[in-house]
Amino acid sequence: MDIRSQVAMVFHLDKCIGCHTCSIACKNVWTDRKGADYMWWNNVETKPGTGYPTKWEDQAEYKGGWVVKDGQLQLRLTGKGKFLQKIFYQPDLPTMDEYYEPWTYRYEDLFTGPELDDQPTAIPVSKVTGEYIDIEAGPNWDDDLSGTPLYARNDPNLAALSEEQRLQLLSIETLVMFYLPRICNHCANPACVAACPSGALYKRGEDGIVLVNQNVCRGWRYCVSACPYKKVFYNWNTGKSEKCLLCYPRVETGQAPACFHSCVGRIRYMGVLLYDADKIEAAGLRPDSELVTAHRGLLADPDDPAVIESARKNGVTEQVLKAARNSPVYKFVKDWGLALAPHPEFRTFPSLFYVPALGPVTYAVENGVALNPSSVDEIFAPLEQARLPMEYLASLFGAGQEAPIRYAMKKMMAIRTFKRAQTVGDVEMKVALEGLREADCTPEEAESIYRLTSLCTFEERFVIPASHREQAVEVLTNPLEQKGAAGFGFREQPVRGL
Amino acid sequence: MLEAFLFVGYPYAALVLAVVVGILRFTWRPFSYSSLSSQFLENKQLFWGSGLWHWGILWVLAGHFVAFLVPDWILAWNAKPLRLYLLEASGLIMALLALMGIISLMVRRATSPRVKAVTTVMDWVLLAFLLLQVYTGIDTALRYRWGSSWYASNAVPYLRSLLMLSPKPEFIRPLPWMAKVHLLSGLSVILLLPFSRLVHVLVVPIWYYWRKPQVVIWNRRGLR
Ligand code: HEM
Repeated sequence: MDIRSQVAMVFHLDKCIGCHTCSIACKNVWTDRKGADYMWWNNVETKPGTGYPTKWEDQAEYKGGWVVKDGQLQLRLTGKGKFLQKIFYQPDLPTMDEYYEPWTYRYEDLFTGPELDDQPTAIPVSKVTGEYIDIEAGPNWDDDLSGTPLYARNDPNLAALSEEQRLQLLSIETLVMFYLPRICNHCANPACVAACPSGALYKRGEDGIVLVNQNVCRGWRYCVSACPYKKVFYNWNTGKSEKCLLCYPRVETGQAPACFHSCVGRIRYMGVLLYDADKIEAAGLRPDSELVTAHRGLLADPDDPAVIESARKNGVTEQVLKAARNSPVYKFVKDWGLALAPHPEFRTFPSLFYVPALGPVTYAVENGVALNPSSVDEIFAPLEQARLPMEYLASLFGAGQEAPIRYAMKKMMAIRTFKRAQTVGDVEMKVALEGLREADCTPEEAESIYRLTSLCTFEERFVIPASHREQAVEVLTNPLEQKGAAGFGFREQPVRGL
Repeated sequence: MLEAFLFVGYPYAALVLAVVVGILRFTWRPFSYSSLSSQFLENKQLFWGSGLWHWGILWVLAGHFVAFLVPDWILAWNAKPLRLYLLEASGLIMALLALMGIISLMVRRATSPRVKAVTTVMDWVLLAFLLLQVYTGIDTALRYRWGSSWYASNAVPYLRSLLMLSPKPEFIRPLPWMAKVHLLSGLSVILLLPFSRLVHVLVVPIWYYWRKPQVVIWNRRGLR
């Protein structure tokens, strides 16, 4: 047993309103720079849709993540035997066209343009070349455009659906969509780290945050292709790769990252997970159908004395252990089984989990009068007839397995019905309780889930232990050395080399 | 006098600067070490440019290096005409690949608007010297037979004498002027090495072969 601690996350998609406040908060803090201007460490996608960069989920094209080959866990992209083949030119690298070319407007034309019959306009110019640009794509160009041929039809997850289901998602009366906010998953088995030939990427032992050492990165770009979530980005100006750093300067002092802090829908939770690093490889070797269970099996019970002992041996502090016992993420993932990692079949074991969004509520209506639902299944459409097919969610969150998705959906629907019986009273309590029982949920658990979903305070959503860096390596170096420095931890301006 | 300057002074200046500046840059400005890849901005022409250039030049360099290490073997190999032709032909093919590659890289840099946006003057200086280097190499090979033999018999002893700190420029006195230009531009490339993007050659990540897949750094354990 080798218990480590990880700052982990839950995004509750049922609460996401797709406002992009998270993206803007992140952009303003971290990526508003030349070369980083096209990067969205946090972005929000409309699903079904193609996402950013286009079709990032399609590993036949990008070769991201891990595969089991010859009984071993291997990177799909590269490996010791073959990395030099791809070093001069990387065939699997997404280019700027797969993201978008950043642009601005020539605002000064509005003031300096010659006098004409028409209003002057500010023409769009590329932020790369400075030339006029005919804008074809932008960071959230797919926003709310699910159902359109360009986006919905090209969603790689549609492969799991029948032709009939696909058609339903493409017609305006029956389509359905939800938002998928994405940041770096700070995986337990990061493919970016394993792919970096220079060893510039690393996972921090204390909190599991994955970072790029800017001084060691040489721009070989393997991380960009190897990350199956496309959350490592190449800075075309500095020639180095960059990624979401989970606002570690904030996390270290017990504050939530900017995107979490600013989330309007309060969909984001952050807490500690303890996991057993010794089990990662074995878990990664499981077949697709067992991956959700194997992933949950990695996460260790913070109340188990053996776990606590192993964690202490690794230097996990009492504060962190206490936070782990109080972790909202552990509750959503392990206790309640509501939150699922995106694309577990990539085998990186993300530390970010999603509570799937419930489909549209449908009421049985007769002659314009809403009928009292007589069972849990009738307040929502039965899962078999859900407008968002279970196969779709299974492709996104279950490695093709519907069981864990159904479990989560059923439970959430039962809790809604139960609360409705309590507060509105148009559902019979007996029926609601029966529904809870069927969904493997007690009334007490339903109350806790309701509380953490709907009434949660800041302190309940973000249980982040301070990491006390003042006791760590900094005491060995002069703390004033870095005074006045900003950014990557060294004082020199991050300018492009010759 | 000119000979002493060009073939004794210049090589030492280039080598010493390359080593000293390379190390200084690595320790003080590690952030500036990068392949400065522009594939993200343009990847169709780069496929041909970078592929042809690197595969070509690396084989040619490997040939130069082997002959530098074991010139007698090369001379012995070249004793049979068939083997000589084989060596000369493969060297020439590789050099032609490199030539096509470097020309393609230059065309790309001059025409792709996005790549132009990240191009510095030094990029052009370097590409120009590399082109000159490859061109003079091919020209010598075609006009003065057989380069592989007299490289081993004359140029290698001269290069070795430089490294042994007893420079003997007289070894290369009989060589044609084109070969001398080739030598001088090669020295210029070495000189440019620490001042240009060429530093990427110094940090080729062979360590990847020996390291564990995952890198974990513990702050508290004081590692790194
Ligand atoms: C095994 C050794 C080498 C490796 C791994 C390597 C790798 C690379 C990479 C990744 C790039 C960036 C390509 C891109 O834009 O994506 C590059 C560019 C370049 N390399 Fe190398 N290289 C090696 C050896 C050399 C040598 C020996 C030379 C010259 C003597 C050289 C000259 C160049 C030049 C001039 C460029 C810039 C090309 C451009 O105009 O974009 N490389 N190299």
